[in-house]
Amino acid sequence: MKSLAGTGGLIRLILRRDRVVLPLWIVLLVAISVSYVQEYGDLFPTPESRVKYAGNAGFITLYGELSGPSLGEFVTWRLGFVPVMIGLISLLTVIRHTRVEEESGRRELLGATVVGRHAQLAAALTTVLGANLVLAVLLALGMHSQDLPLSGSVAIGLVYAGTGWFFAAVGAVAAQLTASAGTARGIAIGVLGGAYVLRAAGDTSAHTDGPLAWLSYVSPIGWAQRIHPYAQNRWWLAVVLLAVTVLLVAVAVSLAVRRDVGAGILADRLGPADGTLGSPLGLAWRLHRGLLAAWTVGFALLGLLFGGVAEGVGDMMRDDPGIQEMFQRLGGAAGLIDSFLAGVMTLVGLIASAYAVQATLRMRVEESSGRVEPVLATATSRWQWAASHLVFSLLGPAVALLAAGVAEGLAYGVAIGDVGGQLPRLIGAALAQLPAVWVLAAIAVAIIGFFPQASMASWAGPTVCILIGLVSAGVSTADWIRDISPFTHLPSLPGGSVSAGPFLVLLAIALLVGVAGLVGLRRRDLPA
Amino acid sequence: MPAAISTEGLVKSFGRTYALDGLDLAVRTGEVHGFLGPNGAGKTTTIRILLGMTRADEGTARVLDGDPWSDATELHRRLAYVPGDVTLWPNLSGGEAIDLLGRMRGGVDKKRKAELLERFDLDPRKKARAYSKGNRQKVALVAAFASDVELLLLDEPTSGLDPLMEEVFREVVQEISDREGRTVLLSSHILSEVEALCDRVTIIRAGRAVESGTLNELRHLTRTSIQAELVGPMDGLAQLNGVHDLQVDDGRVRFDVDTDEINPVLRRLTEIGVRSLVSQPPSLEELFLRLYEPEAVK
Repeated sequence: MKSLAGTGGLIRLILRRDRVVLPLWIVLLVAISVSYVQEYGDLFPTPESRVKYAGNAGFITLYGELSGPSLGEFVTWRLGFVPVMIGLISLLTVIRHTRVEEESGRRELLGATVVGRHAQLAAALTTVLGANLVLAVLLALGMHSQDLPLSGSVAIGLVYAGTGWFFAAVGAVAAQLTASAGTARGIAIGVLGGAYVLRAAGDTSAHTDGPLAWLSYVSPIGWAQRIHPYAQNRWWLAVVLLAVTVLLVAVAVSLAVRRDVGAGILADRLGPADGTLGSPLGLAWRLHRGLLAAWTVGFALLGLLFGGVAEGVGDMMRDDPGIQEMFQRLGGAAGLIDSFLAGVMTLVGLIASAYAVQATLRMRVEESSGRVEPVLATATSRWQWAASHLVFSLLGPAVALLAAGVAEGLAYGVAIGDVGGQLPRLIGAALAQLPAVWVLAAIAVAIIGFFPQASMASWAGPTVCILIGLVSAGVSTADWIRDISPFTHLPSLPGGSVSAGPFLVLLAIALLVGVAGLVGLRRRDLPA
Repeated sequence: MPAAISTEGLVKSFGRTYALDGLDLAVRTGEVHGFLGPNGAGKTTTIRILLGMTRADEGTARVLDGDPWSDATELHRRLAYVPGDVTLWPNLSGGEAIDLLGRMRGGVDKKRKAELLERFDLDPRKKARAYSKGNRQKVALVAAFASDVELLLLDEPTSGLDPLMEEVFREVVQEISDREGRTVLLSSHILSEVEALCDRVTIIRAGRAVESGTLNELRHLTRTSIQAELVGPMDGLAQLNGVHDLQVDDGRVRFDVDTDEINPVLRRLTEIGVRSLVSQPPSLEELFLRLYEPEAVK
């Protein structure tokens, strides 16, 4: 057990470093999940309404099939996205405390103390697996406190924890493969995305009696879902997830002994001896292209999904004369679908603002890593350097939003047989989000310009806007709070009326704040 | 010819700590100027001010007859910089980084680059993440030496190099200084390197220059320590110029003497009559240690 020496100390180090984030995501995800019981119990009081709501093709693609009409089953179904988030957080946390430590060189420093070969991996996995267990227990207690049966509440805890365990182990394997944390993240997130797509394709196929239903059974997300809490409570599937997790951990350990500290199993390829890059913009393209490609693909998938769901919303309405009548009174059938699409666009815009902030913060990453020094010691001015990054934080989200608009327009247009009409409408609606996205990017520029040490505060922008968006969608919220978010001031598109005013005001704010930030950046010490 | 670098009374504070506290520095065109001082003395801060990355709170700085803050971009076409801690883009190869930095400065001399890669024994195809500290430093050195510039600012450029590469570095610096007449500001802790390369040196401590001059001039600042057993009474020793810390103990004396006052002192000693004598010559190390110590500040 010498190879595990020091694991306890490393676990304490991880808990110390993640003392805010770790409890935060556990409590937040449990709280959201538990709150759904009351909320969706009120919204859909009868089994019939639940089955109808869950029965459309779009929702089945997103969340899978409903196992039964009881409130517990319905809430579990509607919470189908949470295990995916837990999987994502788990794999990122494991990589953060293994490969990132190695890449940064901190692992070497620790490795020279009394720390065993496998201690780092063991500590990261113990922490993440333990966190998932805590989450499962809290969730079971929370669900049970909402008068749901205890056995089913334990089972949904296992759905969450089982997914978290599996993807923590995926993260552990990915961390052994490459020397780069970024590539390890890419591999692990790719596995997660693949598992989700398999599940979505399988469930969609099953719904239409297609031949691909088996796809869900090769996806770990599909296994977790088929535990079917509050219905069959298939405990054995949780055991399968745990067993595969153990297997993956064993694979990670056996890979770890086959490599050196700092190296990966996959060797780094050699690069060119001569470069073609010769300008700040060329360098920025190299630094941003991976991020841009990933977000663009993600946004296109998001657009496809939402475009598909929109058709489902239409289905639901046609099936139910009551609802149809109600929405016709409210502004016609088109009004309902448009308001759904507009809500979706706001969500897409909010996510795009996270990309904008991430891209803007790359500037600060270049600075704090010291890589900016040799660049600024050449004939590159600070303006040119900042502009080369801002091209990507401003136009990157535009490209991603365009992809979302095109995909959504195509998916929805094909579904209702009106591509020519829907495509331009939805592209316009997607791009209309840009002024608000740019305001948040500009705020990030200003923070980097004036308070470089507090750059991470830039994330407050998207976070606050997303919170305002989520809260005000469910509960009536004071206008002044809603007005904080630039997204509140955008017209509701598609369908809403458009005037130039809000766009111009938001663009002016973005320009002012952004230019002020650049002036701050020019005047301060850099690096600082 | 104007000085390549001149600063007067540079002051820079970070919060309550003063990184620079009235620094004067003069580097003549064409010389290799050693820039020495203990860790945290303000060497890197000075270089960053000279590069226009950091703005001085007070004082003036001129680089190649321009203002390093407002004329940064134009000046940077004429100078190259090697940071002490070289970080590179992990997924760019060394060759790509060299060409990128060279082009952004105004152009790369392909032949010169190939020659330097060969001499520094650097594989330019490896990704930066696979390079050791020394190899990352070589990337920055090749990028700097391969560009046609008048001034090189080198911040502890050899701290990660092996002795063989350190030798190559010395050769290259000598070449660009002797043959091409370029100016070099070399911050270093390696005294043999400074001794071999530098025409003049400036030693800074706590943000001020404590000494500046050629190495020979600085040597004269050191004192030789002498222990002697004398036959006669030691009259008049204490009155001689350049004698410090005189201790007399039963026919034995110990004292330090300024190196340029050593002759009259020795003459006086032989007049008294010497039974035995031990003298310790000044070493560069002692000089620096003495100047690095806090009480050396004048």
